[in-house]
Amino acid sequence: MARSYLEFERPIAEMSAKIDELSRMGSDADVDIAEEVERLSKKRDQLIEKTYGQATRGQMAQLSRHPDRPNFLDYVPLIFDDFKELHGDRAFADDAAIVGGIARFGSRSVMIVGHQKGRDTREKIRRNFGMARPEGYRKALRLFHLAERFDMPVMTFIDTAGAWPGIDAEERGQSEAIARNLMELAVLKVPVICTVIGEGGSGGALAIGVGDRLYMQQLSTYSVISPEGCAAILWRDRAFADKAAESLKPTVTDLQELGLIDGVIPEPKEGAHRNLEEAASMMSEVLDNALNEVLAIPVEKLLEQREQRLRQLGEFAEV
Amino acid sequence: MNWITRLIESPKTILSSKPDKSAPEGMWIKCPGCSETLYNKELSRSQMVCPRCDQHLRISAEERANTLFDKDSCEEFDGELRSIDPVEFKDLKRYKDRLKDANKKVGKQDAMRNYIGDICGQTVSASIFEFKYMGGSMGSVVGEKIVRGMERAVERKCPYLLVTSSGGARMQESLLSLMQMAKTSSAANRLNEAKLPFVCLLTDPTMGGVSASVAWLGDVIIAEPDALIGFAGPRVIQETVGEKLPEGFQRSDFLLEHGLIDDVVDRRELRDYLKVLFEHLMHRAYRPAC
Repeated sequence: MARSYLEFERPIAEMSAKIDELSRMGSDADVDIAEEVERLSKKRDQLIEKTYGQATRGQMAQLSRHPDRPNFLDYVPLIFDDFKELHGDRAFADDAAIVGGIARFGSRSVMIVGHQKGRDTREKIRRNFGMARPEGYRKALRLFHLAERFDMPVMTFIDTAGAWPGIDAEERGQSEAIARNLMELAVLKVPVICTVIGEGGSGGALAIGVGDRLYMQQLSTYSVISPEGCAAILWRDRAFADKAAESLKPTVTDLQELGLIDGVIPEPKEGAHRNLEEAASMMSEVLDNALNEVLAIPVEKLLEQREQRLRQLGEFAEV
Repeated sequence: MNWITRLIESPKTILSSKPDKSAPEGMWIKCPGCSETLYNKELSRSQMVCPRCDQHLRISAEERANTLFDKDSCEEFDGELRSIDPVEFKDLKRYKDRLKDANKKVGKQDAMRNYIGDICGQTVSASIFEFKYMGGSMGSVVGEKIVRGMERAVERKCPYLLVTSSGGARMQESLLSLMQMAKTSSAANRLNEAKLPFVCLLTDPTMGGVSASVAWLGDVIIAEPDALIGFAGPRVIQETVGEKLPEGFQRSDFLLEHGLIDDVVDRRELRDYLKVLFEHLMHRAYRPAC
């Protein structure tokens, strides 16, 4: 598969190309070349570490929506078995921007729901780039209730620029659909574990993001508004997106400091976008622990804790 | 200029048409609907609704409380809450400075005022957005006040009324502001459990994170005439879809036609409307009315 590189990933791309070229040349076990390849590989690893480790918040925002970043459906076969996708909101349509269904996670049946941005252009258009309409959120809610009925834990996977800002979405109650999910998820009588796997964009993300645990993958971001949107409003110019990102503080480190997430799901050093299998296995491990943790808590207690968790959100002073 | 600043700009308060220094500022107000120049006192008498074209001008939370509650029946709560700057947000201005300016210009109650008062004899816990305070944006203080207002309704076993006018989440509080949507929506469940009425009155404008959370969770949702209400701003939608927006898009009547709200209620009839509504909703067929 052709790989895409972001502007600031260029040096990594160049070094990778050099390594590939040398490797091809050295197929007859030339010792010098093998050594050189090893030396360069090490150098590349350091470069990767430096590039991602020192990325600005603006660059982190770009990484979280990297064209090669795995989608929800890329992870599903690697983490779950026997996935049965369930379609439609039973009222208007099946919104392909949100995918959901029952799957087996280890020994347990779980309800999984996630945004799906789409891989190629055709799929992206079909899925509206993961920007859901009201029927998408209503399908999700239907599946949450189905999970509740059968005592199935819910696992959600967030990856969206936001809810679709379109005429049709407004006509069918985009606000109502999102609001309803927030309220219902807060009292859903099964464990809910939410994970941001890419771009956590605003209300469209939150609509499947209220639960008992919130995890984020290392290179994902979560923000009240996209850096571009924020720049357009506060700077009156989208070109200030990098500055907006610095202020919005959307990275896992920032949000850990704010105490808004329960944990970070590590990614392979080259990022989930270069090593899907390892990223999936790392995610699976964290989610397995999380699920065991929440399932050990009686549901009434879990709901009390969820209520408390939501109640205490926010930072203010009392004079 | 974006749609929020455009919204903040109107209605324009203008000076008397004659350059008479003795005339107090804002004695005359130009109606943003029909451009008629109206005498402020006359407008006040009609609750800031234009007597010529019925345009509902934006009013402050305090004015709203005055028009809503029985005389001398209301008390304000939660005035001790103050916004802080949890992420040291800076755009063209620091959030800290924006807060200072808003405190000076509008008052220290942030973008939300909480009251307990009587509406035609029925005690109601009410939270009223203050649009002039940073576009009525919802940050931690606004979220906390909404939850406290709901909790106060549960404590006093009375209805909860939310009057919205907001551009959405307060992005200067980063993800904490998004989380206020979850916090307030979750708290609405307490009213459900206590079987207490939750009524939302959507006024001009109600957008974004406020619209997509607590504003749409009322048992009954009503709107003032011709208010702009929606998730995404009209300009954002226009830029995204590149189509001309339909006539009256995202206005109260549009929402009513699309089945998204219960009714559109004229401000001058609001008290009577709420009186009857609360009587119905507080009545219990299976136990004596409280």
